[in-house]
Amino acid sequence: MKLAVLKKLRVVFSVLYFLLILTLFIDFTDFIPEKLYDSVLFLQFVPSLLTLVNLFTIAGIGFLIIIILNILFGRVYCSFICPLGILQDIFSYISKKFRRFKKYRYTYIKPFRWLRYSFLGIFVIGLISGVTVLISFLDPYSIFGRIASGLIRPGVIEGNNLLASVLQKFDIYTFYVVDLKPQHWQVIIVSVFFLLLILLFSVFKGRLYCNTICPVGTLLGFFSRFSVFKIHINKNTCTSCKLCERVCKAGCINIPEQNVEFDRCVNCFNCLTVCPVDSIQYSFEKKKIKQKNTQPSEQNPNNRRQFFALLALIFTAGKTRSQNIEVHDTATFPAKRTVAVSPPGSASIEHFNSGCTACHLCVSACPTHVLQPAYTDYGLIGFMQPVMDNHAGFCNFDCIKCGEVCPTGAIRLLDLETKRQTQIGIAQFVKQNCIVETEGTNCGACAEHCPTKAVRMVPYHGSLVIPEVTDDICIGCGACEYACPTTPYKAIYVEGNVTHQWAQKPEELEQEREVEDDFPF
Amino acid sequence: MKRRDFIIKSINAGIFTGAALSVGGFGKIFANTVNSSLPYDLVAVRDGEPDLMLDKALKAMGGIQNFVKKGQTVVVKPNIGWDVPPERAADTNPLLVNRIITHCFTAGAKEVYVFDNTCDKWSACYKNSGIEKAAKDAGAKVVPAHSESYYQSVEIPKGKNLKNAKVHELILSSDVFINVPVLKNHGSARITVAMKNLMGIVWDRRYWHRNNLNQCIADFATYRKPDLNIIDAYQVMTKNGPRGTSTADLIKMKYLIVSNDMVAADAAAAKVFGIEPQDAEYIPLANQLGVGQIDLSKLNINRIRV
Repeated sequence: MKLAVLKKLRVVFSVLYFLLILTLFIDFTDFIPEKLYDSVLFLQFVPSLLTLVNLFTIAGIGFLIIIILNILFGRVYCSFICPLGILQDIFSYISKKFRRFKKYRYTYIKPFRWLRYSFLGIFVIGLISGVTVLISFLDPYSIFGRIASGLIRPGVIEGNNLLASVLQKFDIYTFYVVDLKPQHWQVIIVSVFFLLLILLFSVFKGRLYCNTICPVGTLLGFFSRFSVFKIHINKNTCTSCKLCERVCKAGCINIPEQNVEFDRCVNCFNCLTVCPVDSIQYSFEKKKIKQKNTQPSEQNPNNRRQFFALLALIFTAGKTRSQNIEVHDTATFPAKRTVAVSPPGSASIEHFNSGCTACHLCVSACPTHVLQPAYTDYGLIGFMQPVMDNHAGFCNFDCIKCGEVCPTGAIRLLDLETKRQTQIGIAQFVKQNCIVETEGTNCGACAEHCPTKAVRMVPYHGSLVIPEVTDDICIGCGACEYACPTTPYKAIYVEGNVTHQWAQKPEELEQEREVEDDFPF
Repeated sequence: MKRRDFIIKSINAGIFTGAALSVGGFGKIFANTVNSSLPYDLVAVRDGEPDLMLDKALKAMGGIQNFVKKGQTVVVKPNIGWDVPPERAADTNPLLVNRIITHCFTAGAKEVYVFDNTCDKWSACYKNSGIEKAAKDAGAKVVPAHSESYYQSVEIPKGKNLKNAKVHELILSSDVFINVPVLKNHGSARITVAMKNLMGIVWDRRYWHRNNLNQCIADFATYRKPDLNIIDAYQVMTKNGPRGTSTADLIKMKYLIVSNDMVAADAAAAKVFGIEPQDAEYIPLANQLGVGQIDLSKLNINRIRV
């Protein structure tokens, strides 16, 4: 048990790191400085890999560091860095408190090779073809992100709101209420499904998820075969007491064979703490451990069936998040955008769709909540990816937060000046829905909110003024659409730009009016 | 509104009104009494810095004690609608807000609250307008107003189009209400001043925009008369309002107008802005509803030059 300290190191590190990453997703007060996001998420495998594919910058070498670490020490990523992995460990730990799930509950599990490599295959196809939605479903970081952003965050916010409303009664306004935006249940249900899946896996079978479904686990497992340091059994001293096998979450220790299948070891180091005779060791590999060829298992087809059944369900179900809340039928022309609006910095819809794994970090971080998970806004290819939802909010003129937090480079970081002239779409005025036209009264909510005055009020009948859009200074922020009070349809909406354009700066005409010398009344 | 909804809402309103009246302090809402002891109907100051002009105006009005009594709670409601820096003058001058709060505490105010239902992201507006810091420095509580949960339904009996609205709870529970708008151009209301600034204490503004904006502004002005209106017309946004696109939209006019009559205050501000009070539809509409006096010649005005 000389190396028992490694487990303690793993626990301390992973818990701290997990809390940090969870805070990034939960922070609803803009408390976390933007610079921290990159530093914390630098080593996340898939985001880093995609950063290299998307941007080809130094930020994209995190995954190479993971591979090097892997070749030296094994799958450290899975137990130290991967938030979904750590979440499973937390579930396992909590379940130990129940009598039914004892500490020594695990046993050797046969590898499901063809299943593992199938999922890896899907992942690689997604990576090469740019159909990133396939990666979105499989990347452990993104799965965790959606669980944190879609399930944990609202819970924390509800708690905060309760606290805020109680303190409010005592005239304390340190905490404030945060309103939650409605979500597509199809997106939420994916997160719920994965949460339940890893909960069941982790409680009953340890890290089985990581060794059957997770493509990152499979890929890193491949590198583990060549690792310098490995866990292995000293056959001369081993008493076959099976303690190590019983604490192995990965189910990769096979005591009858006196073999550790290191490609499935997640480097949790639990085994090192239990061996009474120090027969299980973590050191330079002395000789190659013979890999046992096992037949593909027939177990667990059920999970896969459920998975695909659910996918089918999700894609066939109708849209629930309705655009209309109230019924007031002055706006009768069904104006609908044909091109979805992607966030500033995403350059084009195509770049965005192929680069984003839908981790929802930007959805969590967006101060105005204009970024919301898409359902079919981009088509199926962009399922769950963030889209500019101008019914939930509008893009703040002086904000570049999504670019600052995006870990994959799908949303590039623009400087503020560039962002203010980046045209993500163009406002479309629908006169037959406008209050000025239908009610014959002044309104002007759209022009009021417009930060560039691309939407301005021009004379109409009598004292009425009506909106007019100047396309080349419109940046498509959606403030007009958000503010437009007509229902059920809006009288102004943003049509997305397939490729983002460069908008002109609004003119700055100096005024020459003198202030009169005397009081005007 | 369906009949059932109406009945439910009426009952709720009744319960709330009863409860409010029984609490006592709430009774003031319905009093709307004009402070007839004021020396002037309106004080206009020009050519000074915002804080200095305020000192002069309040002195002419007989001091802040005429409005704030010892132990009272005060709401100071500036315009914090936009996430822009103070030099853009889309929000009320922070120096002026700071000075008003200081005066309130000098008069013995128990607590001073500052908030606005902003258009841009509220926390960014509070911070970048400089008002949050200025108000906190003076000892005020800067409170949130971005969620419907902070608002209570009220009836507006004299309203034509706007019969009820959801109003920030602190307006209902505080003793004194000081309205601190900034004078600006507005795309469809022509100018935004005191009455338009009250849109920042209500929740559903879209309803106003749908149901004749100008009439709704006038309607809501009948609900609760601010005890004092202090109009910041130091830097005036004369075009591209109410948000503005750059400092080129501004003219430095160096005015401050103080009155407890919103119609008079807005009429005087219109004159400063360079239009007739009639040109901003809601001013004559409010005058018709008896909110205040649009005819400045009928008022006792003190004009001060610094």
